[in-house]
Amino acid sequence: MRVKVFNGEGCRAKGSDEVYRALTAEVRSQGVQDRIEVIEVGEEHCPGYCTLSPSLLVEPSGMIYQDVQVRDAPGLVQNLVEQQEPLSKKIYSPRKLEEIPEEQETDFFGPQLFWTLRNRGRIDPESIEEYIAMDGYQGAAEAILEMEPEEIIEEVKVSAIRGRGGAGFPAHIKWKAGAGARSDIKYVVCNADEGDPGAFMDRSILEGDPHSVLEGMIIAARAIGSHHGYIYCRTEYPLAVRRLSIAIDQAMGYGLLGENILGSGFDFHLQIYQGAGAFVCGEGTALQHSIEGKRGMPRPKPPRSTDKGLFNRPTVLNNVETFANIPQIIVKGGKWYSGVGTEKSKGTKVFALSGDVRNIGLVEVPMGTSLRTIIFDIGGGIPDKKKFKAVQLGGPSGGCIPEDYLDLPVDFEAISQANAIMGSGGMIVMDESTCMVDMAHYFMDFIQDESCGKCTPCREGTKRLLDILTRIKEGQGEEADLDRLESLSAYITDTSLCGLGQSAPTPVLSALRSFRKEFEAHIIDKQCPAKKCPALLHFEVDPEKCASCGQCYRHCPAKVISWQKKESAEIDKEKCIQCLTCYEKCRFEAIE
Amino acid sequence: MMTKCTCREDLHTIKERASREMSAQTSETFEARVMVHMGTCGLAAGAQAVMDVLKEEVSRQNQVSVKVVSCGCAGMCSSEPNVTVERKGEPTIMYQHMDGDKMRQVFRRHVLNGEVQTDLALARIHGEGAAAKNPFAAARGQ
Ligand SMILES: Cc1cc2nc3c(=O)[nH]c(=O)nc-3n(C[C@H](O)[C@H](O)[C@H](O)COP(=O)(O)O)c2cc1C
Ligand code: FES
Repeated sequence: MRVKVFNGEGCRAKGSDEVYRALTAEVRSQGVQDRIEVIEVGEEHCPGYCTLSPSLLVEPSGMIYQDVQVRDAPGLVQNLVEQQEPLSKKIYSPRKLEEIPEEQETDFFGPQLFWTLRNRGRIDPESIEEYIAMDGYQGAAEAILEMEPEEIIEEVKVSAIRGRGGAGFPAHIKWKAGAGARSDIKYVVCNADEGDPGAFMDRSILEGDPHSVLEGMIIAARAIGSHHGYIYCRTEYPLAVRRLSIAIDQAMGYGLLGENILGSGFDFHLQIYQGAGAFVCGEGTALQHSIEGKRGMPRPKPPRSTDKGLFNRPTVLNNVETFANIPQIIVKGGKWYSGVGTEKSKGTKVFALSGDVRNIGLVEVPMGTSLRTIIFDIGGGIPDKKKFKAVQLGGPSGGCIPEDYLDLPVDFEAISQANAIMGSGGMIVMDESTCMVDMAHYFMDFIQDESCGKCTPCREGTKRLLDILTRIKEGQGEEADLDRLESLSAYITDTSLCGLGQSAPTPVLSALRSFRKEFEAHIIDKQCPAKKCPALLHFEVDPEKCASCGQCYRHCPAKVISWQKKESAEIDKEKCIQCLTCYEKCRFEAIE
Repeated sequence: MMTKCTCREDLHTIKERASREMSAQTSETFEARVMVHMGTCGLAAGAQAVMDVLKEEVSRQNQVSVKVVSCGCAGMCSSEPNVTVERKGEPTIMYQHMDGDKMRQVFRRHVLNGEVQTDLALARIHGEGAAAKNPFAAARGQ
């Protein structure tokens, strides 16, 4: 019988050499050298079971044993001598190939429909050839060589695709206005600013399939008669910027961008403009000011951008995901596209699913899919046996949707009716340990920081909303504060200059509408039911409830909890840094 | 230097060559294609270390011709780093939660020897080669 101890570089690092020596010594001390031969397999013959090491192979049985320790040596040798199955727990027995689910059978990928993300992780984003292999640039070729601008716009109209940047404005109306505008210079601009906390759809598309966005822009350019375009991408997306510039160079190289595209005589030049990452620069007019080299501040509308946009020229501005959808609409037809979705929202939508949910990632589903399907089937539900509380859609311009509305379909209108917005696709799941006052406070803090300061209601109003929320969080809230929040919100919404201010109160209002009791608990009872607002917590252990498990003691980073076995814990309030770790760790709700 | 496409035919020529060349099923230059999903999310989860090990392994051996690709996110960020292995005539496998050790194992066992490391796998990816994976092609066939 032979025992081959894998002893390559990686295995040695995990102690295989010690195991080898222990086994050799053990065989000698049991006096069974003639029956068991222990040999080592060095790096040059390493079979590559790196995650199993220290590991060994027994011949002739062919069994592989994983995670073998020095202390296992005596038992292993003895069992081998007695011809018993040694260390059965350590036998390496991987599952069968058939047990690996097909991608379409998995909970995560199964219910999805990959249209926008058709090439996700399948192609090399730095190779235009691979994009072309997947039918890339066929839409552009069709649009430029075989279609009239009106036909392109008609196809987009039939598809009924609505802008994916948040507002859901029908793309064909914008394109038609752009096409109709009289000017020798027009621009096509791609909005890749993606400033919502929790959103990463656009980044993923740009990093994984940049040519799809370029192709959509070329088609738009042809439709409106533009010869110059910009991609406004935030500097915080360096990989996206790099892959975009490679993509542009390659498309130029193949004559799919630049002058005389595909020999048609049509020119379109594309340039990347890096924004410095201000949320307001995602707003169309602020974005255009930023490209012009001015401060990124919005202006009142009208004029609409399709009349007077970038450099005062007619401009069509669309979101990354909107453009990425266009090629397939041209190749397969608007009718095909509108075959999926609800009455007023067609096609698919990409969401960035994150927060308190098991599976985090990009999710593309047909419009009309329920939030429940996305969160509980695709997302796998809430981890750690916690309960679902709400899902936040649309980031700082959006709202949260409670349990009762989980069967809502994703559809621009249906979600607005639930006091949230579809938004650009950020979907943050929150479990029961989330405090809604804290959540509203977080978004308001973000907004008042990002307000450009040009108009008073937004600049001053959001600061006052934040003041009130801070007060409530700190236990200084008054009953009249809830009315104040509502009336001030209405005022900000009605009088702000741009979408940032107009939608800024949405997170507060929607939280207030669905979770009013929680606000009242903070104000009237001076309690934070989710135990998240430190000012309303006492940091005291209730000896009645304390199970003396010592979890809080072990996890306290400031080491200010005293505890001994069988005795309840005690927190030194003087030294406590109020980090809330003990609240999270206590399974008996013993800390108040 | 790339030649410019001056008509639709040129695009088709590139497409035909590229679809043959992008898949291990049909490629004449490589027998296996290993993709490390290196979007920002993958990189944050450690995909660069996985790629480093993969490159080191590839340069060490000379039996099987392997094409290494760094590509974008496959969608399930919480299972990253992901690696997808495609071998001629075999089902394509996507691996999850990869690290250097796992990459070495997948390379030596699966890429070189065709032994799928089932315990490390996330899913089997349906279809053989670029054509079958292409949703456009599927729709046209209808
Ligand atoms: C404060 C604010 C931030 C915005 N940020 C973005 C953004 O990051 N990305 C985006 O595509 N649209 C953003 N928008 C929406 C744009 O103004 C615009 O509606 C959109 O880019 C148009 O493209 P679409 O019709 O394809 O959606 C933002 C709007 C506002 C008011
Ligand atoms: S930044 Fe636009 S209203 Fe304040």
